[in-house]
Amino acid sequence: MTPEHNLSYKAAFNLIIKRDLTIAFRHRDDIINPLLFFIIVVTLFPLGIGPESTTLSRIAPGIIWVAALLSTLLSLDRLFKSDHDDGSLEQMMLSPHPIFILVIAKITAHWLVTGLPLIFIAPLLAVLLHLNENSYSALMLTLLLGTPTLSLLGAIGVALTVGIKKGGVLLSLLVLPLYIPVLIFATSAIDTAAMNLPYSGQLAIIAALFFGSLTLAPFAVSAALKVSTN
Amino acid sequence: MTILANSLNIQSSNNQVLLSANGLTCIREDRVLFEALNFSVFSGNIIQVEGPNGSGKTSLLRILAGLSQPYDGTVLFREQNITEQSDEFHQNLLYIGHLPGVKGEITAQENLEFTLALHGNDVSTAEETLEKVNLLGFENALASHLSAGQHRRISLARLWQSTAPIWILDEPFTAIDKRGVEKLEQLFLAHAQRGGCVILTTHQDLSFPEDKVKKITLDYRFY
Amino acid sequence: MWKWLHPYANPEVSYHFVGKLLPWISKITFVLLFIGIVWALVFAPADYQQGDSFRIFYIHVPTAILSMSIYMAMATAAFCSLVWQFRLADASAAAMAPVGAVITAIALFTGAAWGKPMWGTWWIWDARLTSELVLLFLYLGVIALHNAFEDKNLAGKAAGILSLVGVVNIPIIKYSVEWWNTLHQGATVSKMSAPSMSMNMFWPFVICFLGIAMLVAFVICIRFRTEILSRNGMRPWVRALITEEGVK
Repeated sequence: MTPEHNLSYKAAFNLIIKRDLTIAFRHRDDIINPLLFFIIVVTLFPLGIGPESTTLSRIAPGIIWVAALLSTLLSLDRLFKSDHDDGSLEQMMLSPHPIFILVIAKITAHWLVTGLPLIFIAPLLAVLLHLNENSYSALMLTLLLGTPTLSLLGAIGVALTVGIKKGGVLLSLLVLPLYIPVLIFATSAIDTAAMNLPYSGQLAIIAALFFGSLTLAPFAVSAALKVSTN
Repeated sequence: MTILANSLNIQSSNNQVLLSANGLTCIREDRVLFEALNFSVFSGNIIQVEGPNGSGKTSLLRILAGLSQPYDGTVLFREQNITEQSDEFHQNLLYIGHLPGVKGEITAQENLEFTLALHGNDVSTAEETLEKVNLLGFENALASHLSAGQHRRISLARLWQSTAPIWILDEPFTAIDKRGVEKLEQLFLAHAQRGGCVILTTHQDLSFPEDKVKKITLDYRFY
Repeated sequence: MWKWLHPYANPEVSYHFVGKLLPWISKITFVLLFIGIVWALVFAPADYQQGDSFRIFYIHVPTAILSMSIYMAMATAAFCSLVWQFRLADASAAAMAPVGAVITAIALFTGAAWGKPMWGTWWIWDARLTSELVLLFLYLGVIALHNAFEDKNLAGKAAGILSLVGVVNIPIIKYSVEWWNTLHQGATVSKMSAPSMSMNMFWPFVICFLGIAMLVAFVICIRFRTEILSRNGMRPWVRALITEEGVK
């Protein structure tokens, strides 16, 4: 008996993405809830701080980015949790593909479902917060490069805590310190753009963070998943 | 600890060693589940792992499948450590554990097609395969609307399409009715005759003739 | 080349070896700390600008340096455990994490206490303070992971992966915090740029540093022995130890 092996890496990648997207679209709460959370957190700030447009536009980049961070954190749980609980994670780890492919595919699907909608909704919220009009492109670009970085770094935390019963609180403790550089450079890029100065430096650093985590995070996630499914 | 299968040298028509355990030791908290366990699984073998609850049956199967790491010892596939050739080993392995790995949000057929495609099996006949496990008419039902027994059958349906020689099955008969059990037993026999091997745990008595099944009995001890 | 190390991979051998070291470490710690603290607090001259509040320096700087070194030691142990499967390396990493967290907390606290007379405020978002705070969070994450798993072996692996991720991230976080700080605050915070410390301040500092380092080593050794015992609780040699010595 010789088993045939007729699934390339690309096909395996697409297969997992297609399945995860199907599940997400059949169960829309997973897409909508983090988005609603994002919107509500941003709306709370003017209520807490006051409606002066100068103050708001000063702190708008920070608010939007912190809210994006928290809503990513909220959605991270679904990255591996349900697959772990019903046994499909085990099956994927026993499939004849490197775990690397599986991890990248799952993270991509997660970003498409939770990160991408944030980018579309962020300009609307920026209007509510009187964000300086020079900053919009910087906001979009930092979110475009930053949110996948958040998904990649967050995946390490989820993979470590997926086997633990009450992993939710622990997850935020593990993941939030890792988010600090992204937050710092993203808000700084938006601030710089507001002053009409070039912000390509900050953007380049965020891009470096993205590619760095794209190459390194999957290894950490694979190792962590092996521990968690043990 | 009694290991009846300590030197399990089973004569088979086709004496190829598929999987061998080499000094496996598993320790959980204060219990030694098994220690220095050695055995080989040849093509054509059906092996039943026995023992009371908590004796390490599931641990042994997970170690053999490479999901867990033993405290000591190695698992060899074709005389090479499975950790050094995991992709190659996974192509030859079919493992079904306690959890069925069925997603509630997608239909029975989508579930089966995904698992088959993931393991590189033929997807085109998924519908007929579901018929074999008595799920005809449920292909397009969302899995969340199906019962635990039906989930189990969705995950077991893979067996009919599998090309992997090594089957490791943890309690495959749970929540399966009598007729289903018979069908599965037939399938195991046929698989063994084709040169595959089956390693399983079950609380039920198998209806196979005595000489067809080899047993490994586990019993833990405290330090 | 490394043959001589092999016996120490056995928990029993390591347990007794560390046990033999302990009395020596404790004596050295006591002597160094006594000399260092008395010298630093009584005999060393007060700083001409900062007065006596400068003496916090003798605790603050050693703990700040050690907070980083302990993290690196812990990550190295975690690496050895993940790559070569040394079980004892896990035990030592688990022993180091809480000690490192406490040292980091002391560094933060003394930093704040020093900040009050110097800068007139307990806390400022100084780059060093901020990255020290992040380091404390990383330590707490590692400790939490150690406690979250039932199986000590798995806990060690999970915490080890996190500490390695932390090693990659600490320089990035530190760099970004420094960059952020200079951008937002300008150079308003003049750090202690101590132009060539005088010798009668330098020597008490060195002795204090060594004393605190030995104290850290002492506590880690005790914790390491406890970790070994709790991981091997059911082994015959541990049982024999209990029946021999009684419960101490």
